[in-house]
Amino acid sequence: MTRQDTTHWSDEGTMTGDTLAARSPEASIKRMMADWSSDQRVFKQVPWGKAMMWAFILSDIFIFGCFLIAYMTVRITSTEPWPNAAEVFALQVGGEYVPLLLIAIMTFVLISSSGTMALAVKYGYERNRLATTLLLLLTSLLGASFVGMQAFEWTKLIEDGVRPWANPWGAAQFGATFFMITGFHGAHVSFGVLFLIIMTVKVARGSLDKERPGFLTGRKGNYEMVESLGLYWHFVDLVWVFIFAFFYLW
Amino acid sequence: MAHEEGQQHPLSTYLWVWLLLFVLSVLSYLVDYVGFEGYLKWFLITLFMLLKAGLIMAVFMHMVWERLAIVLAVLVPPGALLFLMLLMAIEGEYVLSSRLELFFQ
Repeated sequence: MTRQDTTHWSDEGTMTGDTLAARSPEASIKRMMADWSSDQRVFKQVPWGKAMMWAFILSDIFIFGCFLIAYMTVRITSTEPWPNAAEVFALQVGGEYVPLLLIAIMTFVLISSSGTMALAVKYGYERNRLATTLLLLLTSLLGASFVGMQAFEWTKLIEDGVRPWANPWGAAQFGATFFMITGFHGAHVSFGVLFLIIMTVKVARGSLDKERPGFLTGRKGNYEMVESLGLYWHFVDLVWVFIFAFFYLW
Repeated sequence: MAHEEGQQHPLSTYLWVWLLLFVLSVLSYLVDYVGFEGYLKWFLITLFMLLKAGLIMAVFMHMVWERLAIVLAVLVPPGALLFLMLLMAIEGEYVLSSRLELFFQ
């Protein structure tokens, strides 16, 4: 898909003007019908890399969705009491137990990293290389510290005797679902950190400005890549919002 | 060519959403800290969760500024998950009741 194609499609889309009429529900629905029935590229004005990232995210939504539904099912069907997350994940601070303290900190760290990522995308499109580099670096540091805290949390629980098949407080499925769901999420964060570091290097050395071909794919560098990576990172944060609500608070 | 610059939005929008996400996280943490129980707790947790998820999707992932074609392509399929959740909740209740009946008389 060349640049010329992109400009061609956008001619019929009035979103660039972003007028009130163009954003009305009726106009949006009409435009959607036209997009899907055009016998051409459906996702107009969306770079293909971003459309593919959305397709990947959609598949990941199903994976995490099925994990959480499995968790719901074993929790409903368990005849033994479910361990109280507020007590299990409490931290001792100055002789007092604060419920979910570590989890709360992890939540704030991940939300902060989402914020810095959003800003990195914004400054990327503004061609502000220094700001984008620093924000991407900060995002990866926050992500890495999240993984570190999760490793600490796992260590603590394993020391407490939590196993995928048993735990001291109640339903055995607690450990199985905990390790599976948070482990899968942690793996996503870890891979995200890896890609963030790669993207930081790309931005810092100017590969995106110079449209330098990538090492693995040979794709020309551009700042839409930062947005696609941003989508992945926000999705990881999004999943944590659901895990936080359903696993730790419910 | 301006549209090729991709998604560009004012800094204040991002900062406001960021702040809101923090506030909503504090609120959902407080639900646990204060010790609400039952339906009130579940309602508040779900409410704050959906608000946070909505803000992240809409603003950070730029969904409000995308064309409906891709917005619906992403948001409609997960409806199948909601249906699966409903089915498994019904099935789960049945499994629990038969376990209680058959194994714990």
